[in-house]
Amino acid sequence: MKRKWRDSGLAALMLGPSAVILVLFVIYPLIKAMWLGQQRCGVTSCTNSGLRQYVDAFRSNEFQDSLIVTAKYALITVPIGLVLGVGLAVLADKYMRGVGLFRTIFSSTVATSVAVASVMWFFLLNPSVGVLAEWIGGRAKTPGLLQSPGLALWAVSASSIWANLGFTFIVVTAGLQGVPKDLYESAFVDGAGGFRRFTNVTLPMISPTLLFASVVLTTRAFQSFGEIDLLTAGGPKGETTTLTYLAYGSGLPTSNDDGLRATVSVLLFFVLLILALVQFRGLEKRVHYGN
Amino acid sequence: MAIDQVHGARKVGRYALLTVMAIIVIFPIYMMVVGSLKPGNKVLVNPLLPTNFTTSTLREAWSSGHLGRALWNSTVVSAIITFAQVVTSILAAYAFAFLKFPGKSLVFVAFLATLLVPLEATLTVNRRTMQDLSWINSYKALTVPFLATAFGIFMIRQVFLQIPKEMHEAASMDGLGHLGFLWQVAVPLSRPTIGALTLFSFLSSWNQYLWPNLITTDAKYNTVQTGLKSLKQASIDKPNLVIAGTVIVAMPIFVVLIAFQRQLIRGLTAGAVKG
Amino acid sequence: MAYPSRVAQVRLKNLTKQFDGVTAVEDINLDIADREFMVLLGPSGCGKSTLLRMIAGLEDPTEGEVWIGDLMVNDTLPKQRDVAMVFQSYALYPHKTVQENIEFPLKVRNVPKPERAAAALEAASSLGLAEYVGRKPGALSGGQRQRVALARAIVRNPAVFCMDEPLSNLDAKLRGETRAELIALHQRLNSTFVYVTHDQVEAMTMGTRIAVMSRGHLEQVGTPQDVYDKPASVFVAQFVGMPPMNILPPGSLEPGPHVVGVRPEHLHFRGDGPLTMMVQLVEKLGHETLITGVIGDKRVVVRQDSEESLPAVGDRVQLDAPEATRHRFDAITERRIDA
Repeated sequence: MKRKWRDSGLAALMLGPSAVILVLFVIYPLIKAMWLGQQRCGVTSCTNSGLRQYVDAFRSNEFQDSLIVTAKYALITVPIGLVLGVGLAVLADKYMRGVGLFRTIFSSTVATSVAVASVMWFFLLNPSVGVLAEWIGGRAKTPGLLQSPGLALWAVSASSIWANLGFTFIVVTAGLQGVPKDLYESAFVDGAGGFRRFTNVTLPMISPTLLFASVVLTTRAFQSFGEIDLLTAGGPKGETTTLTYLAYGSGLPTSNDDGLRATVSVLLFFVLLILALVQFRGLEKRVHYGN
Repeated sequence: MAIDQVHGARKVGRYALLTVMAIIVIFPIYMMVVGSLKPGNKVLVNPLLPTNFTTSTLREAWSSGHLGRALWNSTVVSAIITFAQVVTSILAAYAFAFLKFPGKSLVFVAFLATLLVPLEATLTVNRRTMQDLSWINSYKALTVPFLATAFGIFMIRQVFLQIPKEMHEAASMDGLGHLGFLWQVAVPLSRPTIGALTLFSFLSSWNQYLWPNLITTDAKYNTVQTGLKSLKQASIDKPNLVIAGTVIVAMPIFVVLIAFQRQLIRGLTAGAVKG
Repeated sequence: MAYPSRVAQVRLKNLTKQFDGVTAVEDINLDIADREFMVLLGPSGCGKSTLLRMIAGLEDPTEGEVWIGDLMVNDTLPKQRDVAMVFQSYALYPHKTVQENIEFPLKVRNVPKPERAAAALEAASSLGLAEYVGRKPGALSGGQRQRVALARAIVRNPAVFCMDEPLSNLDAKLRGETRAELIALHQRLNSTFVYVTHDQVEAMTMGTRIAVMSRGHLEQVGTPQDVYDKPASVFVAQFVGMPPMNILPPGSLEPGPHVVGVRPEHLHFRGDGPLTMMVQLVEKLGHETLITGVIGDKRVVVRQDSEESLPAVGDRVQLDAPEATRHRFDAITERRIDA
């Protein structure tokens, strides 16, 4: 019993700094945001409207539209990004001369921040100066892919898939290296061809990695802000206004309304919470899967 | 060996595919570098080749974008955040891994729960806090909210837990106190993971976009990310200037990542390996 | 190295340890004499390691007192107890060289560098490690690591050495060699050893005395010969000695309700012997032969040195044991009954 308390003072000192920061800047803001989300603000004052504000915000066209936009954005970027990442990782996994160079190239996009990648793509797709716009022609020329209804979200997705490719590639490559060699060898001895080995050995063995990567990519899609801000500013006509951009973008109805903004961010919190729980459950399952 | 190696026609096909993919992936980066070496306005003149070679655009981007200032700000801010996160993570992880105190598992779950809160859900209130503290446009606003991270605590705790209990006991018999064990045994043994956390923290803070946007209005406090946004807005008619800006801004991180590839892989996969 | 003479007897008084309400060690009283080699012997989970860890200061007793020399050390931190410990896994620091590992306890105690380097080198040399001092533990064999752990304990020159199954990670051959070295070390260092093991061969060969434990209790404390010749309980009788002592069905060898035990080497074949055994297995081990069978519902092993007149599997044979070799235990308490 004595020993139990002997360490308490030291523990408090060691945990203190982290605890202060996490309480002040993570826990308190979350609780406060939940409260703020109930505030309905007029021109001069705010009143507490309880859960009504959440319900109203949830029902509003802006919110529902941006929820759909975000879902679409995730549905485009996550599967394509995963397939490309896995494809490249498998392609560059075999022992061949020069494979290291290819790996470096495929990993390279992790070095670009959201801002850097977005500015790059902004100019690639820019109707007056962009090379890609020039080559593609048509609507890519006028009004430009990023301002073209029906295509803008795809253009943003292209930029984002490219920017996330390095991450996916690295994570999947690491996952592939964790697959025990004898599994391949026994499948090979059993006469399984390349494709069968991929579907029967590789995919099941890297499924935890794929779950991890897809959760991270989905989370990133829901948190996307920088690429929207720099590429389309939410346009055309809100077609690329994702949830996070709705909450924090400029020039939107929510811009100067902390209450509404908080509502959106709290709802965002719950969406991402679900994703995080999916990941925890998946990891838990993998532990039982028996390493 | 037999299954690892690829032969003949399949080998050629694989190389061809790899090459095509590599060209596609590297194309945007190549275009940036080529563009940054052309005069400010000549974008569509031989876009694929570095004709009219000049470094004047890079130099102009540097000065008109105040990129030196932005790089300095980003470096200082990222260094402060990284250093603080590593230190606070090590300390808290030690308490969770090696100390006995009442309510430990409860406190740990509370810490862990903060991982579930996305940055985006806290920014509104945090910005208000910054306003109340008059910290808008300051290094304090850029750094203080990020001086600790549950991710780092969790990551370091995992490696600390792998240190055999007997080693801790041996050290205590040798006469080593907790702080001595932390710095002389636990930290040296966990160096790879601490390295990965360092790189991961640095990259995350370097790449922050939304938060600096929310709490800085003065260009003096531009980080490279917000600086790039300012440059893009100010020089929309000089594409190559902005492109040169992105090249300047991206360069340091490329260098860092090439130097620390192993830590990067470890850091990125930390979430996938062992929860 | 000078070894100052000091009195380092260890006394345990009414020592009890509970973990979350589960009793690991219950009311143990044990005096370990100065310079004794005391072996705590018992099966896993019997509380022997917990007892050792309470001596070392790694566990706090729930009740009772630990005395080292003239001091009650319950509230003394491990580092102030003048006790060194060798762990089962050796607990070497993988990032430090052998030299640094051995020096470490002295470094922590602020011994000046030249002095501690010399002491470490001497300890290393005395265990044949001199040529490895620059290596890291990862580059050593299991036996060498074990010696580094020993050297790290020796260098502190402690009053009491605690060892928790230090040989269990070595292969059989190395274990035999190291046993002899530990005995020599004990004689050379002239300090008190407390040694935990589940291996009765280690206990018999190394201990000046053995404390046999079972389920948190002391079953018997005595010299190896005592423990072997006069086991205090059925448990000790069966735990010490290989193969274990045979426990015969009550009334089969001599009348009365008590239990009779006979060691395998004391049973012999005799045509008119009172015991009838059904032979199930005959194992020839070269220098001896083990004949296993059943008497009533008990399994019985007979050890015989000669290979003459061995029974065959399936035979019924008659056995007897001389009066002096019979051990008698109370049928209920299972404690020894001395006539």
